[in-house]
Amino acid sequence: MNSVILQIASRYVRGLLIIFAVIALLRGHNFPGGGFIGGLLAGLSVVFKGYAYSVNQIKENMKLTPEIYIGSGLSAILLSVIPGIIRKEQFMTGVWYRIFLPLLGEIKLGTPLLFDFGIFMIIIGVTIMFLFSLTKNS
Amino acid sequence: MSYILLLYLLFSVLIFSLPKRFAGKQAIILMLVQAVAFIYFLIAVSVTKNGETISEHIQWVPQLGINLCFLADGLSVAFAMLVTGIGILVFLYAHLYMKNYEGANSFYLYLNLFGASMLGLVLSGNLIQMFIFWEFTSFLSFFLISFFHEKEGSRKAAFQSLFTTAFGGLCLLTGIILIGTVTGSYSINDWITNADAIKSSNLYFPALALILIGAFTKSAQFPFHFWLPGAMQAPTPVSAYLHSATMVKAGVFLLFRLEPVLGGTFEWTHIIPLIGVLTMLTGSYFAITRTDLKSILAYTTISALGILVLLIGIDTKLSHKAAFVFLFVHAFYKASLFMVAGIIDKKTGTRELEKLGGLIRYMPFTFVFTSLALLSMAGLPPMLGFLGKELIYEAKVQSPGIASLVLILGVAGNILMVAVSLLFLYKVFLGKYRSQTNLPNEKGFLLLLGPGVLGLLSLLMGLFPEFLAESLVEPALGIIHTGQIDVKLELWHGFNKVFFLSLFTVITGFSLFMLLIKKQKVLAAWRNLNTRFFTIDFSDVFSKTLNNFIEISKQNTKLIQHGYHRYYIMSVILFSSALIWFHLFTSSDWNIKEQVNLEPFYISGVILIVALSALFSIVSPSRIVTIIAMGVAGYGISLIYLYYSALDLAITQILAETLTIVMFFLILQRLPRFAKLSSKFTRLRDLLIALIFGGLMTVLALRAVHVELKNPVSEYFVENSLTKGYGKNIVNVILVDFRALDTLGEVTVLIIAALGVSLLLKRRKSRI
Repeated sequence: MNSVILQIASRYVRGLLIIFAVIALLRGHNFPGGGFIGGLLAGLSVVFKGYAYSVNQIKENMKLTPEIYIGSGLSAILLSVIPGIIRKEQFMTGVWYRIFLPLLGEIKLGTPLLFDFGIFMIIIGVTIMFLFSLTKNS
Repeated sequence: MSYILLLYLLFSVLIFSLPKRFAGKQAIILMLVQAVAFIYFLIAVSVTKNGETISEHIQWVPQLGINLCFLADGLSVAFAMLVTGIGILVFLYAHLYMKNYEGANSFYLYLNLFGASMLGLVLSGNLIQMFIFWEFTSFLSFFLISFFHEKEGSRKAAFQSLFTTAFGGLCLLTGIILIGTVTGSYSINDWITNADAIKSSNLYFPALALILIGAFTKSAQFPFHFWLPGAMQAPTPVSAYLHSATMVKAGVFLLFRLEPVLGGTFEWTHIIPLIGVLTMLTGSYFAITRTDLKSILAYTTISALGILVLLIGIDTKLSHKAAFVFLFVHAFYKASLFMVAGIIDKKTGTRELEKLGGLIRYMPFTFVFTSLALLSMAGLPPMLGFLGKELIYEAKVQSPGIASLVLILGVAGNILMVAVSLLFLYKVFLGKYRSQTNLPNEKGFLLLLGPGVLGLLSLLMGLFPEFLAESLVEPALGIIHTGQIDVKLELWHGFNKVFFLSLFTVITGFSLFMLLIKKQKVLAAWRNLNTRFFTIDFSDVFSKTLNNFIEISKQNTKLIQHGYHRYYIMSVILFSSALIWFHLFTSSDWNIKEQVNLEPFYISGVILIVALSALFSIVSPSRIVTIIAMGVAGYGISLIYLYYSALDLAITQILAETLTIVMFFLILQRLPRFAKLSSKFTRLRDLLIALIFGGLMTVLALRAVHVELKNPVSEYFVENSLTKGYGKNIVNVILVDFRALDTLGEVTVLIIAALGVSLLLKRRKSRI
């Protein structure tokens, strides 16, 4: 497929999709969203690009391979578990920290966010991996 | 004591990172480690001599009653001294013997670790701990036997010995656990205090049988003896260490250790002597007709182990005393003889009895030391072996129960031993030297140090047995039999029954020897007899059984793992639905209370659309239409979610649906043209399976609504989502906090699926 309209549209739509994905990830704890939904949105942006250009072309130019996404996602999950272990709580208990930022005021950051980020990355990686392996090599 | 073991471990690592100055001296360094341990136990003897015990406890798994416990009492110190003492000589010997072999360092590593595990085994005060060290010795001996792994015979022998001893190890573990359930503890001291309860429990016999299998496989008792001759494929230092003083004595040690717990019963005094006597006879009978030096030694070892087991089984103070003395006797002469066999092999290039001869001229010192060892083996005065044999006869004469049988067979075994010893000496050292090519010599005198020291020890201990009696045998017996026991060892007992039995043995043995060398035909006929009537080669039986087993499992695998993906899926689906259907039929009432609710009308409309598009996707003539119809159904469902305000679910459903459709279109490129290839029958079958599974899911969904739990978890989530999880979106808090482990599991499944798809399709590509 080689449609100029689709290619140009994909540029803007992809940007929007990624912004939405990040928003979904960050607001997930209090409003609908979360790592899974965010990951699917971000994954869709890659799929969209694939349709607009060609999947094989993306595959060749992609620096961050799906394996890297999956690996970093798993590492993030691993990291999120460690504070709980250090505190000798039950396995995978969430640990929260209050952080004061100059403009935003008090923010609660917890390991569940890191965990959710891990899910986010893994879903992106898995989506891309499916996309790549299902596309026929030209 | 644990520090001694740590020292071993430390040096096992260190020998690989030594500065260049020490290159080639690894064995010497490890010998020093052995020497340190030896001195430690020599000092420990002064404590255990008085019947005291040094023990050391380290917490390990207190919940299961498994703790590290190192116990130095009379029994374990005696064994530890054997292990470390012979270890010193073996490492010295190995240093010279293994010099020019590749991978000598890893050999030293295995040998050193083996020494450590053997020490750990004898020092264990906890049976589980002992089992672990027991297994260590098994698989380290695998590495040692297979050292020349480029030879097929070595690999086969190593595998065989591993398989046999590991099988015994598993039996042993089961036996230990059985007794553990009776006493509720794995500590040997608890076992001894509860000995009566153990003996009267129902589990006594199974536990005893399993533990005996463990001990018998390790100590090469009939019918497990076959692995020991095979293990002669190992480098000679290994045979001198493992197959004289350590590994094969582990089973004997175990029997000694457990005698206060399990001994004294009818089973103990009948099964063990019977197996022991059989082993002893098998060993000495086959030793005579062997021609390979190490093979002869292996069979005499089997015979000696049989004697030890027999004596433990007779189960009197006298027999245990005899066993203990004989333990030392055998370790001394057998280690020495193995080393000599290695030296002869090195110097002449052969170990075949028929090719050797006349070595006395070229290797006089070797001759002297060998004759010392052989005299001890034949049980002739003034060696320690004589003392041992006298004690054995005495024990047999006075043994209760099956005394006469044991005595007759025992004397027969000893006669054969005398003949073998003389034959060995005669064929190797006397007569003519047959090969003219390379004349042997005694260069590298240090090689002879091991046999020399051991030979002299046999002689000195025969003449002055006080140290052995008072410091080692007496305290060890004190552990097995409670109370003070005086052990006196003397060379001369006076003219009594035992003396005449000895005389008879020697004379008959000598005549047999004369007969065998004067009339070559006799030996040949004997060999013929063996090949004709004793053709059951146990090691062959073993490998055949194993091969059959492998063949059967191959057939099995072919049947189950046929490689047709559709049948895999079919069997998984059918099996799980059958299971769940069965459960539904047997456990639930079938009143579905759900009332059909058509309000509001637009939701009813959506449901109608979903149902219609699902039906349409089945009958549609084109793949693209099918995919779109399925998409319609999926989006429709997300609308329903939305109506019931499951926002997260609806979003996820829409996104997942979109991705699924996109992926389907990608797959379309790879598929062949749409055509009806399957027969009517298969299509009917698939329809049936689909109906069974689909019906199951429907019923499950309907029933799930009516499941009423007393305390639904959902309430907990609602209450604590904000206070404990700091989030207002309950679904998300459940996913990433309350049930994070589940999420991790699901994500992992996704990753594996993605990897699987990627690999499967990659492979397909390469094939085309």
